[in-house]
Amino acid sequence: MLNYFFHSQLSLGLAECLVAALLALAVTLLARTRAPGLLKELPLAELRGVIQIVAVGAILAFMLRGPQWTSLLVLIAMMLAAASIVRKRAKKIPRAFMLALISICTGAGIVLAVMIVFGVIPLKITMLVPVGSMVIANTMNTQSLFLDRLRGEATSHVGEIESALALGASADAAVLPYLNAAFRACLIPSVDNIRSLGIVWIPGIMAGMVLSGASPLYAALYQFVVLTTIFSASALACFVSSHLVTRRIFTVHEQLLLR
Amino acid sequence: MLTCSQLGRTLPPPEARTLLSDVNFTLERGEVLAVVGPSGAGKSTLLRLLNRLDEPTSGAVTLNGIDTRTIPPRELRRRIGMVMQRAYLFPGTVAENVAFGPKQQGKNISTDQIDALLTHVGLAGYASRDALTLSGGEAQRVAITRALANEPQVLLLDEPTSALDETARHSVEALLESLIRERHLTCVWVTHSIEQARTMAGKVLAVEAGRVSAYGIAAEVLHA
Repeated sequence: MLNYFFHSQLSLGLAECLVAALLALAVTLLARTRAPGLLKELPLAELRGVIQIVAVGAILAFMLRGPQWTSLLVLIAMMLAAASIVRKRAKKIPRAFMLALISICTGAGIVLAVMIVFGVIPLKITMLVPVGSMVIANTMNTQSLFLDRLRGEATSHVGEIESALALGASADAAVLPYLNAAFRACLIPSVDNIRSLGIVWIPGIMAGMVLSGASPLYAALYQFVVLTTIFSASALACFVSSHLVTRRIFTVHEQLLLR
Repeated sequence: MLTCSQLGRTLPPPEARTLLSDVNFTLERGEVLAVVGPSGAGKSTLLRLLNRLDEPTSGAVTLNGIDTRTIPPRELRRRIGMVMQRAYLFPGTVAENVAFGPKQQGKNISTDQIDALLTHVGLAGYASRDALTLSGGEAQRVAITRALANEPQVLLLDEPTSALDETARHSVEALLESLIRERHLTCVWVTHSIEQARTMAGKVLAVEAGRVSAYGIAAEVLHA
Protein backbone atom coordinates (compact mmCIF):
# COMPACT_ATOMS: atom_id res chain seq x y z
CA MET A 1 0.00 0.00 0.00
CA LEU A 2 2.84 2.38 0.87
CA ASN A 3 4.31 1.81 -2.59
CA TYR A 4 1.23 3.48 -4.02
CA PHE A 5 1.85 6.74 -2.13
CA PHE A 6 5.65 6.89 -1.99
CA HIS A 7 7.73 6.58 -5.09
CA SER A 8 11.26 7.47 -3.99
CA GLN A 9 13.20 4.83 -2.01
CA LEU A 10 14.03 7.27 0.82
CA SER A 11 10.48 8.48 1.39
CA LEU A 12 9.20 4.90 1.20
CA GLY A 13 11.80 3.84 3.77
CA LEU A 14 10.81 6.65 6.15
CA ALA A 15 7.13 5.77 5.79
CA GLU A 16 7.88 2.12 6.56
CA CYS A 17 9.85 3.21 9.64
CA LEU A 18 6.87 5.26 10.80
CA VAL A 19 4.48 2.31 10.43
CA ALA A 20 6.85 -0.01 12.33
CA ALA A 21 7.41 2.56 15.08
CA LEU A 22 3.68 3.25 15.51
CA LEU A 23 2.94 -0.47 15.67
CA ALA A 24 5.56 -0.92 18.43
CA LEU A 25 4.03 2.05 20.31
CA ALA A 26 0.53 0.60 19.95
CA VAL A 27 1.67 -2.73 21.41
CA THR A 28 3.42 -0.94 24.29
CA LEU A 29 0.27 1.12 24.90
CA LEU A 30 -1.76 -2.09 25.04
CA ALA A 31 0.65 -3.59 27.59
CA ARG A 32 1.22 -0.34 29.53
CA THR A 33 0.02 -1.78 32.84
CA ARG A 34 2.77 -4.41 32.72
CA ALA A 35 5.63 -1.91 32.32
CA PRO A 36 4.48 1.73 32.61
CA GLY A 37 8.03 3.06 32.19
CA LEU A 38 8.37 1.43 28.78
CA LEU A 39 5.81 3.79 27.25
CA LYS A 40 8.08 6.74 28.05
CA GLU A 41 11.25 4.92 27.10
CA LEU A 42 10.18 3.48 23.74
CA PRO A 43 9.47 6.68 21.69
CA LEU A 44 12.85 8.10 22.67
CA ALA A 45 14.56 4.76 21.92
CA GLU A 46 12.83 4.61 18.53
CA LEU A 47 13.79 8.18 17.64
CA ARG A 48 17.35 7.58 18.74
CA GLY A 49 17.50 4.27 16.86
CA VAL A 50 16.26 5.70 13.57
CA ILE A 51 18.65 8.67 13.72
CA GLN A 52 21.57 6.39 14.54
CA ILE A 53 20.81 3.87 11.80
CA VAL A 54 20.33 6.61 9.20
CA ALA A 55 23.65 8.12 10.30
CA VAL A 56 25.32 4.71 9.96
CA GLY A 57 23.77 4.29 6.51
CA ALA A 58 25.21 7.68 5.49
CA ILE A 59 28.63 6.80 6.92
CA LEU A 60 28.57 3.43 5.12
CA ALA A 61 27.72 5.14 1.85
CA PHE A 62 30.66 7.51 2.41
CA MET A 63 33.05 4.74 3.49
CA LEU A 64 32.35 2.60 0.46
CA ARG A 65 34.39 5.14 -1.47
CA GLY A 66 37.27 5.11 1.06
CA PRO A 67 39.97 2.61 2.26
CA GLN A 68 38.90 -0.75 3.78
CA TRP A 69 40.63 -0.23 7.16
CA THR A 70 38.13 2.47 8.09
CA SER A 71 35.67 -0.34 8.85
CA LEU A 72 37.79 -1.20 11.91
CA LEU A 73 37.30 2.32 13.24
CA VAL A 74 33.54 1.89 12.87
CA LEU A 75 33.65 -1.40 14.79
CA ILE A 76 35.72 0.18 17.59
CA ALA A 77 33.23 3.05 17.84
CA MET A 78 30.41 0.50 17.98
CA MET A 79 32.11 -1.36 20.84
CA LEU A 80 32.50 1.90 22.79
CA ALA A 81 28.83 2.72 22.23
CA ALA A 82 27.82 -0.82 23.22
CA ALA A 83 29.80 -0.60 26.47
CA SER A 84 28.15 2.72 27.25
CA ILE A 85 24.67 1.18 26.76
CA VAL A 86 25.56 -1.81 28.96
CA ARG A 87 26.74 0.60 31.68
CA LYS A 88 23.32 2.24 31.76
CA ARG A 89 21.65 -1.17 32.16
CA ALA A 90 24.06 -2.20 34.92
CA LYS A 91 23.90 0.97 37.01
CA LYS A 92 24.37 -0.79 40.37
CA ILE A 93 27.56 -2.53 39.28
CA PRO A 94 30.55 -0.26 39.97
CA ARG A 95 32.81 0.59 37.01
CA ALA A 96 30.48 -1.27 34.64
CA PHE A 97 31.65 0.68 31.56
CA MET A 98 35.21 -0.65 31.69
CA LEU A 99 33.93 -4.11 32.56
CA ALA A 100 31.60 -4.12 29.54
CA LEU A 101 34.21 -2.58 27.24
CA ILE A 102 36.87 -5.14 28.12
CA SER A 103 34.37 -8.00 27.82
CA ILE A 104 32.85 -6.86 24.51
CA CYS A 105 36.23 -6.03 22.99
CA THR A 106 37.61 -9.41 24.04
CA GLY A 107 34.53 -11.43 23.05
CA ALA A 108 33.56 -9.73 19.80
CA GLY A 109 37.15 -8.71 18.97
CA ILE A 110 38.74 -12.17 19.26
CA VAL A 111 35.88 -14.01 17.55
CA LEU A 112 35.71 -11.53 14.66
CA ALA A 113 39.51 -11.65 14.30
CA VAL A 114 39.45 -15.47 14.07
CA MET A 115 36.70 -15.35 11.45
CA ILE A 116 38.62 -12.73 9.46
CA VAL A 117 41.87 -14.73 9.63
CA PHE A 118 40.07 -17.81 8.30
CA GLY A 119 38.49 -15.68 5.60
CA VAL A 120 34.98 -16.52 6.82
CA ILE A 121 34.22 -12.83 7.13
CA PRO A 122 35.85 -10.99 4.24
CA LEU A 123 37.78 -7.83 5.11
CA LYS A 124 35.37 -5.74 3.06
CA ILE A 125 33.39 -2.82 4.41
CA THR A 126 30.17 -4.18 2.93
CA MET A 127 30.56 -7.46 4.89
CA LEU A 128 32.66 -6.58 7.93
CA VAL A 129 30.58 -3.65 9.15
CA PRO A 130 27.12 -5.29 8.94
CA VAL A 131 28.26 -8.69 10.26
CA GLY A 132 30.55 -7.08 12.87
CA SER A 133 27.75 -4.83 14.05
CA MET A 134 25.43 -7.81 14.43
CA VAL A 135 28.04 -9.62 16.51
CA ILE A 136 28.75 -6.55 18.66
CA ALA A 137 25.07 -5.70 19.14
CA ASN A 138 24.21 -9.23 20.24
CA THR A 139 27.26 -9.36 22.51
CA MET A 140 26.06 -6.10 24.04
CA ASN A 141 22.58 -7.52 24.65
CA THR A 142 24.01 -10.64 26.25
CA GLN A 143 26.27 -8.51 28.46
CA SER A 144 23.33 -6.42 29.62
CA LEU A 145 21.32 -9.56 30.34
CA PHE A 146 24.23 -11.15 32.20
CA LEU A 147 24.93 -8.16 34.45
CA ASP A 148 21.25 -7.46 35.08
CA ARG A 149 20.56 -11.09 35.94
CA LEU A 150 23.64 -11.27 38.16
CA ARG A 151 22.56 -8.12 40.03
CA GLY A 152 19.09 -9.62 40.50
CA GLU A 153 20.45 -12.98 41.66
CA ALA A 154 22.96 -11.39 44.04
CA THR A 155 20.52 -8.92 45.60
CA SER A 156 17.92 -11.62 46.16
CA HIS A 157 20.51 -13.98 47.71
CA VAL A 158 22.43 -11.55 49.93
CA GLY A 159 21.82 -13.82 52.94
CA GLU A 160 23.22 -16.90 51.22
CA ILE A 161 26.24 -15.00 49.83
CA GLU A 162 27.08 -13.43 53.20
CA SER A 163 26.53 -16.78 54.96
CA ALA A 164 29.11 -18.30 52.64
CA LEU A 165 31.52 -15.41 53.30
CA ALA A 166 30.91 -15.77 57.05
CA LEU A 167 31.95 -19.43 56.74
CA GLY A 168 35.29 -18.39 55.25
CA ALA A 169 34.43 -18.71 51.56
CA SER A 170 36.16 -16.51 49.01
CA ALA A 171 34.09 -13.90 47.19
CA ASP A 172 34.39 -16.03 44.04
CA ALA A 173 33.07 -19.13 45.79
CA ALA A 174 30.27 -17.24 47.54
CA VAL A 175 28.89 -15.76 44.33
CA LEU A 176 29.61 -18.75 42.05
CA PRO A 177 26.07 -20.27 41.97
CA TYR A 178 24.60 -16.88 41.02
CA LEU A 179 27.29 -16.17 38.42
CA ASN A 180 26.58 -19.56 36.85
CA ALA A 181 22.82 -18.95 36.88
CA ALA A 182 23.29 -15.54 35.21
CA PHE A 183 25.70 -17.00 32.64
CA ARG A 184 23.27 -19.77 31.67
CA ALA A 185 20.30 -17.40 31.50
CA CYS A 186 21.96 -14.76 29.34
CA LEU A 187 22.95 -17.29 26.68
CA ILE A 188 19.50 -18.85 26.34
CA PRO A 189 18.32 -16.42 23.58
CA SER A 190 21.48 -17.01 21.59
CA VAL A 191 21.21 -20.80 21.83
CA ASP A 192 17.50 -20.64 20.98
CA ASN A 193 18.30 -18.56 17.89
CA ILE A 194 20.62 -21.28 16.61
CA ARG A 195 18.16 -24.03 17.57
CA SER A 196 15.23 -22.39 15.81
CA LEU A 197 17.17 -21.32 12.73
CA GLY A 198 15.17 -21.96 9.58
CA ILE A 199 12.20 -23.39 11.49
CA VAL A 200 10.96 -20.38 13.45
CA TRP A 201 12.80 -17.65 11.60
CA ILE A 202 14.85 -16.89 8.51
CA PRO A 203 17.09 -14.01 9.53
CA GLY A 204 17.62 -10.87 7.49
CA ILE A 205 21.18 -11.48 6.39
CA MET A 206 20.12 -14.61 4.50
CA ALA A 207 17.28 -12.78 2.82
CA GLY A 208 19.69 -9.96 1.94
CA MET A 209 22.24 -12.34 0.42
CA VAL A 210 19.60 -14.11 -1.67
CA LEU A 211 18.27 -10.75 -2.87
CA SER A 212 21.80 -9.70 -3.87
CA GLY A 213 22.26 -12.84 -5.98
CA ALA A 214 24.00 -15.38 -3.71
CA SER A 215 22.95 -19.02 -3.88
CA PRO A 216 20.18 -19.72 -1.31
CA LEU A 217 22.09 -22.75 0.04
CA TYR A 218 25.28 -20.72 0.61
CA ALA A 219 23.21 -17.92 2.14
CA ALA A 220 21.60 -20.43 4.52
CA LEU A 221 24.97 -21.85 5.58
CA TYR A 222 26.36 -18.35 6.03
CA GLN A 223 23.45 -17.47 8.27
CA PHE A 224 24.41 -20.38 10.49
CA VAL A 225 27.98 -19.03 10.52
CA VAL A 226 26.76 -15.61 11.64
CA LEU A 227 24.58 -16.97 14.43
CA THR A 228 27.25 -19.27 15.82
CA THR A 229 29.75 -16.41 15.61
CA ILE A 230 27.31 -14.30 17.62
CA PHE A 231 27.03 -17.10 20.19
CA SER A 232 30.82 -17.47 20.46
CA ALA A 233 31.34 -13.72 20.89
CA SER A 234 28.53 -13.42 23.45
CA ALA A 235 29.67 -16.44 25.46
CA LEU A 236 33.32 -15.33 25.43
CA ALA A 237 32.35 -11.80 26.50
CA CYS A 238 30.25 -13.15 29.38
CA PHE A 239 33.00 -15.57 30.35
CA VAL A 240 35.45 -12.66 30.60
CA SER A 241 32.87 -10.55 32.39
CA SER A 242 32.13 -13.33 34.88
CA HIS A 243 35.79 -13.36 35.88
CA LEU A 244 36.07 -9.60 36.20
CA VAL A 245 32.76 -8.79 37.85
CA THR A 246 33.57 -10.27 41.29
CA ARG A 247 36.15 -7.55 41.92
CA ARG A 248 33.47 -4.97 41.22
CA ILE A 249 30.72 -6.32 43.44
CA PHE A 250 33.00 -7.12 46.38
CA THR A 251 35.56 -4.96 48.17
CA VAL A 252 39.19 -6.06 48.47
CA HIS A 253 38.25 -7.41 51.90
CA GLU A 254 35.57 -9.62 50.29
CA GLN A 255 32.60 -7.60 51.50
CA LEU A 256 29.51 -7.64 49.27
CA LEU A 257 28.73 -4.24 47.77
CA LEU A 258 25.44 -5.14 46.07
CA ARG A 259 22.49 -4.92 48.46
CA MET B 1 39.94 -12.79 74.23
CA LEU B 2 37.85 -10.46 72.06
CA THR B 3 38.30 -6.73 72.49
CA CYS B 4 36.51 -3.90 70.82
CA SER B 5 37.76 -0.33 71.21
CA GLN B 6 36.15 2.83 69.86
CA LEU B 7 34.60 0.71 67.10
CA GLY B 8 32.32 2.48 64.66
CA ARG B 9 31.04 2.67 61.12
CA THR B 10 29.92 5.66 59.12
CA LEU B 11 28.57 5.16 55.60
CA PRO B 12 30.55 6.80 52.81
CA PRO B 13 29.23 10.02 51.19
CA PRO B 14 26.71 10.98 49.95
CA GLU B 15 24.77 9.15 52.69
CA ALA B 16 27.47 9.71 55.34
CA ARG B 17 25.22 8.33 58.11
CA THR B 18 26.80 7.00 61.30
CA LEU B 19 25.50 3.48 61.94
CA LEU B 20 27.53 2.82 65.07
CA SER B 21 30.11 4.68 67.10
CA ASP B 22 32.41 4.30 70.10
CA VAL B 23 31.72 0.67 70.99
CA ASN B 24 34.03 -0.68 73.68
CA PHE B 25 33.96 -4.08 75.35
CA THR B 26 36.22 -6.92 76.40
CA LEU B 27 35.23 -10.60 76.46
CA GLU B 28 37.29 -13.36 77.97
CA ARG B 29 37.17 -16.89 76.57
CA GLY B 30 33.78 -18.49 77.23
CA GLU B 31 32.04 -15.20 78.07
CA VAL B 32 28.73 -14.33 76.44
CA LEU B 33 27.81 -10.74 75.62
CA ALA B 34 24.17 -9.99 74.83
CA VAL B 35 23.64 -6.97 72.57
CA VAL B 36 20.20 -5.48 73.12
CA GLY B 37 18.38 -2.48 71.73
CA PRO B 38 15.56 -1.45 69.40
CA SER B 39 15.45 -2.30 65.67
CA GLY B 40 17.89 -0.24 63.64
CA ALA B 41 20.00 0.60 66.70
CA GLY B 42 23.13 -0.90 65.18
CA LYS B 43 23.18 -4.36 66.81
CA SER B 44 23.63 -6.34 63.58
CA THR B 45 26.09 -3.73 62.32
CA LEU B 46 28.26 -4.47 65.35
CA LEU B 47 28.38 -8.19 64.48
CA ARG B 48 29.19 -7.43 60.84
CA LEU B 49 32.11 -5.23 61.95
CA LEU B 50 33.45 -7.97 64.22
CA ASN B 51 33.85 -10.48 61.35
CA ARG B 52 34.44 -7.76 58.72
CA LEU B 53 31.38 -8.42 56.61
CA ASP B 54 31.38 -4.62 56.78
CA GLU B 55 34.45 -2.46 57.20
CA PRO B 56 34.82 -0.44 60.41
CA THR B 57 35.58 3.24 59.77
CA SER B 58 36.90 3.86 63.28
CA GLY B 59 38.35 1.92 66.18
CA ALA B 60 39.72 -1.60 66.25
CA VAL B 61 38.85 -5.19 67.10
CA THR B 62 41.45 -7.51 68.56
CA LEU B 63 41.25 -11.29 68.81
CA ASN B 64 43.68 -12.74 71.33
CA GLY B 65 45.64 -9.50 71.17
CA ILE B 66 45.89 -9.45 67.35
CA ASP B 67 44.30 -6.59 65.42
CA THR B 68 41.74 -8.32 63.17
CA ARG B 69 42.68 -6.02 60.29
CA THR B 70 45.96 -7.91 60.08
CA ILE B 71 44.16 -11.26 59.72
CA PRO B 72 43.07 -12.16 56.16
CA PRO B 73 39.22 -11.84 56.03
CA ARG B 74 38.62 -15.54 55.22
CA GLU B 75 40.79 -16.67 58.11
CA LEU B 76 39.15 -14.12 60.43
CA ARG B 77 35.65 -15.33 59.48
CA ARG B 78 36.70 -18.89 60.15
CA ARG B 79 37.89 -17.90 63.62
CA ILE B 80 34.85 -15.70 64.27
CA GLY B 81 31.85 -17.75 63.13
CA MET B 82 28.39 -16.34 62.61
CA VAL B 83 24.83 -17.60 62.75
CA MET B 84 22.27 -15.31 61.19
CA GLN B 85 18.61 -14.68 61.93
CA ARG B 86 17.62 -17.02 59.10
CA ALA B 87 19.55 -20.20 58.38
CA TYR B 88 20.27 -19.44 54.69
CA LEU B 89 21.18 -23.05 53.96
CA PHE B 90 22.71 -23.80 50.58
CA PRO B 91 21.02 -26.14 48.07
CA GLY B 92 22.22 -29.72 48.65
CA THR B 93 22.27 -32.11 51.56
CA VAL B 94 22.65 -31.29 55.22
CA ALA B 95 26.10 -32.97 55.13
CA GLU B 96 27.20 -30.73 52.24
CA ASN B 97 26.13 -27.68 54.23
CA VAL B 98 28.07 -28.82 57.29
CA ALA B 99 31.17 -29.58 55.19
CA PHE B 100 31.03 -26.19 53.42
CA GLY B 101 33.29 -24.24 55.80
CA PRO B 102 36.12 -26.81 56.09
CA LYS B 103 35.96 -27.37 52.32
CA GLN B 104 36.74 -23.68 51.76
CA GLN B 105 40.05 -24.23 53.53
CA GLY B 106 40.76 -27.32 51.46
CA LYS B 107 39.99 -29.61 54.42
CA ASN B 108 37.86 -32.71 54.14
CA ILE B 109 35.52 -33.39 56.99
CA SER B 110 34.73 -37.09 57.27
CA THR B 111 31.23 -38.56 57.22
CA ASP B 112 31.78 -39.78 60.77
CA GLN B 113 32.69 -36.28 61.93
CA ILE B 114 29.61 -34.83 60.23
CA ASP B 115 27.40 -37.51 61.79
CA ALA B 116 28.94 -36.83 65.22
CA LEU B 117 28.31 -33.08 64.88
CA LEU B 118 24.73 -33.64 63.74
CA THR B 119 24.06 -36.13 66.55
CA HIS B 120 25.39 -33.56 69.00
CA VAL B 121 22.83 -30.97 67.87
CA GLY B 122 19.98 -33.48 67.87
CA LEU B 123 19.92 -34.15 64.14
CA ALA B 124 21.15 -37.74 64.01
CA GLY B 125 20.37 -39.35 60.64
CA TYR B 126 19.85 -35.99 58.89
CA ALA B 127 23.13 -36.01 56.89
CA SER B 128 21.62 -37.06 53.57
CA ARG B 129 18.43 -34.97 53.93
CA ASP B 130 17.77 -32.14 51.47
CA ALA B 131 18.75 -29.01 53.41
CA LEU B 132 16.04 -26.90 51.82
CA THR B 133 13.20 -29.11 53.07
CA LEU B 134 13.95 -28.75 56.80
CA SER B 135 11.73 -26.95 59.30
CA GLY B 136 12.86 -23.56 60.69
CA GLY B 137 14.21 -25.07 63.91
CA GLU B 138 16.02 -27.90 62.12
CA ALA B 139 17.50 -25.49 59.57
CA GLN B 140 18.80 -23.23 62.34
CA ARG B 141 20.41 -26.25 64.03
CA VAL B 142 22.15 -27.07 60.74
CA ALA B 143 23.29 -23.43 60.46
CA ILE B 144 24.78 -23.65 63.96
CA THR B 145 26.47 -26.99 63.14
CA ARG B 146 27.79 -25.49 59.89
CA ALA B 147 29.36 -22.59 61.81
CA LEU B 148 30.82 -24.96 64.45
CA ALA B 149 32.39 -27.22 61.78
CA ASN B 150 34.95 -24.42 61.29
CA GLU B 151 35.88 -24.71 64.99
CA PRO B 152 35.59 -20.97 65.65
CA GLN B 153 36.97 -19.27 68.75
CA VAL B 154 34.15 -16.73 68.76
CA LEU B 155 30.53 -17.21 67.72
CA LEU B 156 28.38 -14.28 66.59
CA LEU B 157 24.65 -14.90 66.91
CA ASP B 158 22.35 -12.48 65.12
CA GLU B 159 18.94 -13.10 66.69
CA PRO B 160 19.24 -16.83 65.95
CA THR B 161 15.88 -17.70 67.49
CA SER B 162 13.74 -14.74 66.45
CA ALA B 163 12.37 -16.44 63.32
CA LEU B 164 11.43 -19.63 65.21
CA ASP B 165 8.25 -20.71 66.96
CA GLU B 166 8.16 -21.05 70.75
CA THR B 167 9.08 -24.76 70.89
CA ALA B 168 11.92 -24.46 68.37
CA ARG B 169 13.17 -21.31 70.12
CA HIS B 170 13.50 -23.10 73.45
CA SER B 171 15.27 -26.10 71.94
CA VAL B 172 17.74 -23.95 69.94
CA GLU B 173 18.40 -21.81 73.02
CA ALA B 174 19.13 -24.94 75.08
CA LEU B 175 21.39 -26.27 72.33
CA LEU B 176 23.36 -23.03 72.14
CA GLU B 177 23.68 -22.83 75.90
CA SER B 178 25.16 -26.34 76.09
CA LEU B 179 27.47 -25.80 73.09
CA ILE B 180 28.81 -22.52 74.49
CA ARG B 181 29.48 -24.16 77.86
CA GLU B 182 31.10 -27.32 76.44
CA ARG B 183 33.32 -25.53 73.94
CA HIS B 184 34.08 -22.44 76.05
CA LEU B 185 32.94 -20.34 73.14
CA THR B 186 33.15 -16.59 73.36
CA CYS B 187 29.82 -15.30 72.10
CA VAL B 188 28.28 -12.04 71.00
CA TRP B 189 24.52 -12.62 70.95
CA VAL B 190 22.20 -10.04 69.43
CA THR B 191 18.71 -10.35 70.84
CA HIS B 192 15.48 -8.41 71.21
CA SER B 193 14.54 -10.45 74.24
CA ILE B 194 15.61 -9.11 77.64
CA GLU B 195 14.69 -12.50 79.10
CA GLN B 196 17.03 -14.25 76.65
CA ALA B 197 19.81 -11.77 77.47
CA ARG B 198 19.30 -12.40 81.18
CA THR B 199 19.45 -16.20 80.89
CA MET B 200 22.14 -16.58 78.24
CA ALA B 201 24.65 -13.77 78.82
CA GLY B 202 27.09 -12.74 81.49
CA LYS B 203 27.49 -9.24 80.07
CA VAL B 204 25.10 -6.92 78.30
CA LEU B 205 25.72 -4.10 75.83
CA ALA B 206 22.70 -1.88 75.21
CA VAL B 207 22.70 0.09 71.97
CA GLU B 208 20.44 2.96 70.96
CA ALA B 209 20.63 4.97 67.74
CA GLY B 210 24.14 3.71 67.03
CA ARG B 211 25.55 4.56 70.47
CA VAL B 212 26.18 2.44 73.53
CA SER B 213 23.69 3.36 76.24
CA ALA B 214 24.83 0.79 78.82
CA TYR B 215 27.48 -1.88 79.22
CA GLY B 216 28.32 -4.17 82.08
CA ILE B 217 27.39 -7.28 84.04
CA ALA B 218 24.01 -8.58 82.80
CA ALA B 219 22.30 -8.54 86.18
CA GLU B 220 23.33 -4.91 86.81
CA VAL B 221 22.55 -3.51 83.35
CA LEU B 222 19.21 -5.30 83.02
CA HIS B 223 18.20 -4.44 86.57
CA ALA B 224 18.85 -0.76 85.91
